[in-house]
Amino acid sequence: MLLNQFLFLSAILFCIGVYGVIARKNAVLVLMSIELILNSVNINLLAFAMRNGNADGHTFALYVIAVAAAEVGVGLAMVLLMYRNRRSIALDELSEMRG
Amino acid sequence: MVVAASETTEVVLESGWFLENAWLIPVVPAVAFVLIIFFGKRMPRKGAEFGIASMVGALVLSAMAGMQWIGRVNAVSEYTHVPPVVRTWTWWQNGGVHFGIGQHVDGLSVVVLLVVAFISTLVQIYSVEYLHGDRRYTHFFGALTLFSAGMLNMVVAENMIQLILGWEIMGLCSFLLIGHWWEDSANSRAALKAFFTTRTGDVGLLAGTSLLFFAANDWTQKTLGVSGFSIRGLSAWALSGEGSTTAITVGAIALFIACIGKSGQFPLHTWLPDAMAGPTPVSSLLHSSTMVVAGVFLVARLYPVFFEGMDIYGSGLNLIVLIGGVTIIIAAALAFVQDDIKKVLAYSTVSQLGYMMMGLGAGAWLPAVFHIFTHAFFKACLFLGAGSISHSASHHSFDMKKDMGGLRKHMPVTFATWVVSTLALMGVFPFSGFFSKDEIIDNVGHAGYTAFMWVGLTGAFMTAAYMTRATYLTFFGEPRGAAAGVHHGDHHGDHHGDAGHGPRESGPLITIPLVILATLAIGSGLLNAVPFGHSWENFKKWVEPRAEVVSATGIASVVGGPGESRLAAGGEEGKEGKHSSPCGSEKPEGGVCPAPYVKHAEFKWSKAAVSLVLVFAGMIASWFLCVQLYGRRAGPLVGLTSRNGAARAGHRFLVNKYYLDHVYENVIVRTLAGPVARAAYWFNQRVIDAAVNGVGTTAKRIAGWVYKNIDQRLVDGAVNASGAGAQGAGRALQPVQSGKVSQYGALLFGAAAVGGLVLVIINT
Repeated sequence: MLLNQFLFLSAILFCIGVYGVIARKNAVLVLMSIELILNSVNINLLAFAMRNGNADGHTFALYVIAVAAAEVGVGLAMVLLMYRNRRSIALDELSEMRG
Repeated sequence: MVVAASETTEVVLESGWFLENAWLIPVVPAVAFVLIIFFGKRMPRKGAEFGIASMVGALVLSAMAGMQWIGRVNAVSEYTHVPPVVRTWTWWQNGGVHFGIGQHVDGLSVVVLLVVAFISTLVQIYSVEYLHGDRRYTHFFGALTLFSAGMLNMVVAENMIQLILGWEIMGLCSFLLIGHWWEDSANSRAALKAFFTTRTGDVGLLAGTSLLFFAANDWTQKTLGVSGFSIRGLSAWALSGEGSTTAITVGAIALFIACIGKSGQFPLHTWLPDAMAGPTPVSSLLHSSTMVVAGVFLVARLYPVFFEGMDIYGSGLNLIVLIGGVTIIIAAALAFVQDDIKKVLAYSTVSQLGYMMMGLGAGAWLPAVFHIFTHAFFKACLFLGAGSISHSASHHSFDMKKDMGGLRKHMPVTFATWVVSTLALMGVFPFSGFFSKDEIIDNVGHAGYTAFMWVGLTGAFMTAAYMTRATYLTFFGEPRGAAAGVHHGDHHGDHHGDAGHGPRESGPLITIPLVILATLAIGSGLLNAVPFGHSWENFKKWVEPRAEVVSATGIASVVGGPGESRLAAGGEEGKEGKHSSPCGSEKPEGGVCPAPYVKHAEFKWSKAAVSLVLVFAGMIASWFLCVQLYGRRAGPLVGLTSRNGAARAGHRFLVNKYYLDHVYENVIVRTLAGPVARAAYWFNQRVIDAAVNGVGTTAKRIAGWVYKNIDQRLVDGAVNASGAGAQGAGRALQPVQSGKVSQYGALLFGAAAVGGLVLVIINT
């Protein structure tokens, strides 16, 4: 069925995203991976919305897109600050918050 | 009883493109406003061309709509209801309620549209010269155009929400325009005062609108299929006799409070004279003929609601007539002590608005609306005349005693138009004011409000007297101050400086609007010249809604809808002799009423003679008084106010505007603030503190016991134990807080995966 393919795509995207978040050092790539995760969620929402035949999923996906945009804005601002202060955006060098 | 709804005659009504597209009239200036704001500064005439072009456009559209309305009315017999041309679109919807936007065009809308567009056009032309070189010239035209758009939108409004939109746009623009020269703190104070005072009333508008909506919506949806905001729905509901009387009364009072604020009625009139701080064209447009008319217009528009809510024919006194009557007298009295020519006109406006309100309150709908019409012309002319004097003769001063006098020789055109408009304002036959004001007074008496008829006559006497005083001080006697060519130091920095001239006549851009308005001040009264017989009552024929019981489709006719261009009308019985209608007095059977049936007084010269005599008496008395007071160096009356105690007290009372501002700012604010604060303090000290203290001592005793037994043993034990536990756990979990983002991410996703697994297991 069509739904399965959508869910499959979404699962693959999600996994790629999780891999990126956990394994990449570059902060920008991590942000991009987060975007991938959010978009995989969007695909899920849309797939089920189409199956159930109502617009709730579409609406919610729009919210997710809006929130994702805001999140990327804040994230990139942080990356920029990080770069200004340390001349690097490698995440594994950041460990001042160690408990 | 007149109507048997069963005998349905179909009358084909004429309509036309301009009537059906009257909603374009407010849209044109609104578009012009946007153009002025974005492109105005780059245009060769700094945006004025957009404003004037849009006003001319609105005027042409209104005039064409007016002609088509006349055609529509003339096509049917005299007592047949003519449905308004209505169009609606859904503006937005919320919770199943549709908020519409559209147009509701009937005789009243057409008249006010025409007046507003006409006066706005002239005022904009006049402003080109008057504000030439002003530093915020473009913004001025922007605000002026938006203001006109707001008023026009309110006039064509199909429902209360749209009406409120226009109403508030006007409130905002009046703030901007009154405070146009905001560098002067007095001006910005006046702007704030105008804004806040009208806002005080606007609370009533919101409350009344929502109250009426909830009371009427079910009925209007069921009977007419329109929302409880729509004007025709509310009108029919109020007259149906099926609504709750309390709801109508409370709704009408709430709406009337808004009208008091907007139309400068007592006791919220205090903002209007201060609003003269704005440039003179603003005073002319906003505070003589359009904005302040908004309140009167609202009463006229939703007249059935006020008619039923205030029980206008049922009692000898109601709120509207009382407020109107009080306003006439107190404002006219205040006009006597003003030295500023614009303030005289401002109080005169307040007083004339009182006439309109009093007329509406006593069932004289048509004369009141006619007075809106005639008053707009002569008052705009007077204001623009005052502006012309200040612009060209008195060196930007408005002080009649210091800087004017003897100007009739220097400014013949301004003088002639001023005199014509003054006579119209006084109500001298055959100037326009006579035909409207006298009709109001006559009809108020006819409806049984005899005391208020005398109030109106006294007002006419006082109007004649204060206008004579203003005319004498301005145009007669010896030139004083700037009018005599003296330059004094308070040259306003904002006014452009063609200083160094004596008094002279203004340029053609100022005098031409004056002449046009003065012509109308003479002629406009003839549109409804009741004394000349029935055939002269054209205004009545075109504007007054006919109180006929019609079927529900007849009242709710929408362009393109089922009711369009045909009308299930009642019988022809009303044709001969005395006409009467059940609307407003009893429940309409088998139909709905579009308007209440209002009575009209028979015109008699004997009645008109009384007011004419009073007017002439006022003129003559005032003239002699003025000659005594201002024309001579010494006389028995000169300096009376500084010699006679009683006169001085009266004068002081008036100069201080009945201490109303004082009352508002000091007494109300302080008495409310003072005792409330003191009472709160007392309450605080005695009640709350006592309670707190009592609670405190009891609590202290209990606390001692609790401390010993529970706190020390039980709680401390638990706290220490949990502290030790937390410390241990923290130490154990410390390595997790590595500070590495990717590790946090891994933990997050790991936990999410575990949570997901748990969910899957539980659900299967």
